[in-house]
Amino acid sequence: MPDTAPATGPLIGRDRNWHPPAYTPHYKTSVTRAPQRALVALGSTLTEETGPAFGHSILGPLDNNLILNFTGQPAIGERIIVHGRVLDDSARPVPGVLVEIWQANAGGRYRHKKDGYLAPLDPNFAGCGRAITAPDGRYEFLTVRPGAYPWPNRTNDWRPMHIHFSVFGTGFGQRLITQMYFEGDPLIARCPIVNTVPSADGVGQLVAPLDMNAAIPMDCLAYKFDIVLRGRRQTRFENRLEGM
Amino acid sequence: MQNLHQLKESPSQTAGPYVHIGCMPNFLGNTGTYPVDLGVSPMLDGALGQAITITGRVIDGAGMVLRDVMIESWQADAAGHYPGQPGADANVTGWARFAADFDTGFWTLHTIKPGRAPAPNGQLMTPHIALWIVARGINIGLQTRICFADEAPANAACPVLARVEHKDRIATLLAHATAPGTYSFDIHLQGDAETVFFDI
Repeated sequence: MPDTAPATGPLIGRDRNWHPPAYTPHYKTSVTRAPQRALVALGSTLTEETGPAFGHSILGPLDNNLILNFTGQPAIGERIIVHGRVLDDSARPVPGVLVEIWQANAGGRYRHKKDGYLAPLDPNFAGCGRAITAPDGRYEFLTVRPGAYPWPNRTNDWRPMHIHFSVFGTGFGQRLITQMYFEGDPLIARCPIVNTVPSADGVGQLVAPLDMNAAIPMDCLAYKFDIVLRGRRQTRFENRLEGM
Repeated sequence: MQNLHQLKESPSQTAGPYVHIGCMPNFLGNTGTYPVDLGVSPMLDGALGQAITITGRVIDGAGMVLRDVMIESWQADAAGHYPGQPGADANVTGWARFAADFDTGFWTLHTIKPGRAPAPNGQLMTPHIALWIVARGINIGLQTRICFADEAPANAACPVLARVEHKDRIATLLAHATAPGTYSFDIHLQGDAETVFFDI
């Protein structure tokens, strides 16, 4: 029996200095969407300590293969594996949780009615995938490297290559959406969305290194991206109600 | 000094305007990858309790309605049990995911009215639906709760609502009935009517 993350118990408070603040004026849309009042601090309750669970029955055989999962014909682009583990604050695997990703195609265009970038759609690429973590917390996707693209913010802002990640824990209060960036991309340091993360160490946690040990010769490169969810407090002194 | 060997939570990043591609592709019209979107309903046929519909909008500090927001909800069954707990209604899955209409900005949740679940101190929380709100321009998901204006005694006894220091702001957490079984709940990100958001 592996030492896995506990699925019950109070959530450890978020480190709000590690996450981006709500108000980040260089990312202009945040200016009118950032709450201005202080958040009301509340320890986790049963509502946040429980959460939805997803079984493997929701998954289709190609759900984690973005190269083939839209039409069955291969998408255009540089083939890459993106893999890693979902962990808790003590580096214990979080098994059986849903990881969803979405991304632009190799030209930097999203299959979305609100994206009008001039790069063309790839008829064989939807840009979405999902997986459920294994008992050791691992997940794996096969996809194409997303293109960088310009976006309306300052006069010449470009998003670095990135993949959006939506991750579930075992409690609703662990819900997290983040983005994965690629080692060596010079656009990372210039991106106002990346730079909403206050510290360089925090940014570094979102940059996936090239992982040649997982690359498949004559087939695809690989990047490794571990995701850490907030942990649960575990002490024998914790007063818990029956069933909590 | 010893090292704690603890990891930091991965920093949040905005869901961006294209969140539907990954989370609600069929809603977006990107059919063909997943047969159905996840979280279309928080219940199955036969769920016990009062069926209710909640409709609302998310409004920014300039008074604009967000048309690119996605919301997830999580709630107890009519007796206050969460899915997976002993005695929970097997027809309540508890979790839903919905987005603002691309044209009007209205979102809708069809569910059952939840019962009262216990707070850690044993007191009962008022019936509530937890929300997690993500969108372009929101750097980390916002957490709030839908409570119900027609549950005044339970609201008055709720240890969570008691944590809101400025009592006039509790009104921002209350859905109001517009017809039997139908509620309205607008979320204001800024301004005099700014909704209470929690750090949980």
